[in-house]
Amino acid sequence: MSNSVIIGQYVPGQSLVHRLDPRLKMIMVFLFIIFIFLANSWMSYLVLTLFALLSVVTTRIAPSFVIKGLKPVWFLIIFTFILHLIVTKEGDILFSIWNFDVYSGALWKGLEISLRFFLLILMTTLLTLTTTPISITDAIESLFQPLKRIRFPVHELALMMSISLRFIPTLMQETDKISKAQASRGVDFRTGTIKERLKAVVPLLVPLFVSAFKRAEELAMAMEARGYKGGEGRTKFRELKLKPMDVWIFILFIIVLITFWILRT
Amino acid sequence: MSQPNDISFQNISFQYPQGDEWALKDVSFHIEENEWVAIIGHNGSGKSTIAKLMNGLLTPQSGRIHIKGLEVNEENIWEVRKKVGMVFQNPDNQFVGTTVIDDIAFGLENHGVQRDEMLKRMKYSLEAVKMEGYENHEPHNLSGGQKQRVAIASVLAIEPDIIILDEATAMLDPIGRNSIMETVDHVRSERDVSVVTITHDLNEVLFADRVIVMNDGEVWKEGTPREIFNLHKELGEIGLDTPFVTQLSNSLKSEGIVLNQEPLTHKELMDELWTFYSRT
Ligand SMILES: Nc1ncnc2c1ncn2[C@@H]1O[C@H](COP(=O)(O)OP(=O)(O)OP(=O)(O)O)[C@@H](O)[C@H]1O
Ligand SMILES: [Mg+2]
Repeated sequence: MSNSVIIGQYVPGQSLVHRLDPRLKMIMVFLFIIFIFLANSWMSYLVLTLFALLSVVTTRIAPSFVIKGLKPVWFLIIFTFILHLIVTKEGDILFSIWNFDVYSGALWKGLEISLRFFLLILMTTLLTLTTTPISITDAIESLFQPLKRIRFPVHELALMMSISLRFIPTLMQETDKISKAQASRGVDFRTGTIKERLKAVVPLLVPLFVSAFKRAEELAMAMEARGYKGGEGRTKFRELKLKPMDVWIFILFIIVLITFWILRT
Repeated sequence: MSQPNDISFQNISFQYPQGDEWALKDVSFHIEENEWVAIIGHNGSGKSTIAKLMNGLLTPQSGRIHIKGLEVNEENIWEVRKKVGMVFQNPDNQFVGTTVIDDIAFGLENHGVQRDEMLKRMKYSLEAVKMEGYENHEPHNLSGGQKQRVAIASVLAIEPDIIILDEATAMLDPIGRNSIMETVDHVRSERDVSVVTITHDLNEVLFADRVIVMNDGEVWKEGTPREIFNLHKELGEIGLDTPFVTQLSNSLKSEGIVLNQEPLTHKELMDELWTFYSRT
């Protein structure tokens, strides 16, 4: 598997951020993202950036690892920046390259959008780096609980997510096995035109789908045999309990947000 | 019924909706409390169908099934599934949780067991299958045999009266098979539980008190492993093998070497051979 992409990858650890209640963590990231778009003064950006950097340090994950992990989005961030330099024509002309004028408004706007983008990706990455997928599932199930009243299938959704998580590695292993089996029969996945390569994927996908359906059928049978009858009357093993520490961190977060609000113009 | 059996099948006939033949034809048998019964038979003889009928995954077209005196029907189905634990052939496709502990939790959650009780049951069922310390392992990091042991632990945690193993060891090597059988044997020594093993493995049959032989959807014969394997010729006719030891003692017999008692295991064979040798 590729190790340059770390978005969506969990790094085990015992830091404060790791141990923070996943529900609170999700709420905090969610609020943070909303506030990114409400920032309008450079001071307010400073508050958000400082908080984000503080969070990175607290995770005890090497910053270089996080930065490297953002590699795929660096390009997008820089691209948006340059796009703004070209398109926006506000403020004074700062300087010109060849025949092209760069406006001060463009520089400011470009920096602003890139920073927003960067903070957004950074915080969501931190969430997945420090929270196991199953904890995220638990948090979603717990947070969406009120939606049950409007008949939203919260439990089913969470179960679907956790079963998908459980079967991703299994299906990966299987894909690997099938592609080796097909390669040994002369199917070539690596060379040729895109059309040829797409064609080569068919003998990979068909057996994979057939086996996935068979698995699904057997799994459904096994779940029923183990007494599964939907969410009703079910107890829950994984329980989320707020610790005093969680509350303190959340209060700190709120203080940061209030400071932010004051520093807005 | 005065003394309810653990499992009773009375004149069961069953046909799959898409099937054009009866998978089971007028099948009747009883399994007593605390008994270990092996069901053998050729491919397609109806063994898995029997297993699925036992906990209401399928419903027969005619006949009645009782589990612990409780009739298997719409109404009792959840009660029945609390009493019957089932382990299937493919270890991967019955592992529901993302980790070992979550998988055991799944069944307990389904039956509404409280959390404190869950923790207790998790602990002893993992101990019973010798998988302590694997609580947080993910299924793709476990071997087939370990996954199968977790499946058994999940079943034990429900505290069933009956455990059904439908070719649960078919994907394992001989060592893995033996360790599963010993695990089940060990569990049986600790609490009252009947075991139904469906298998093509003849050594597994020897663990059983009684054998039910299926042929073409019908009960062909019932008896102790010794009685059944003595029918080697008839077994051959319905496409079944006998263990190596039985084959050998038969070959000896046809050579005129008659042993006192039909041996079943290697040890019995050895004993017979040396006593035979010292007699002559
Ligand atoms: N889902 C199904 N739909 C239609 N027919 C089925 C289905 N499952 C099994 N059958 C048929 O029912 C009969 C009994 O099948 P069953 O699975 O009980 O056999 P088995 O003894 O378990 O065989 P094996 O040793 O191969 O596991 C077979 O003839 C089979 O073809
Ligand atoms: Mg079968």
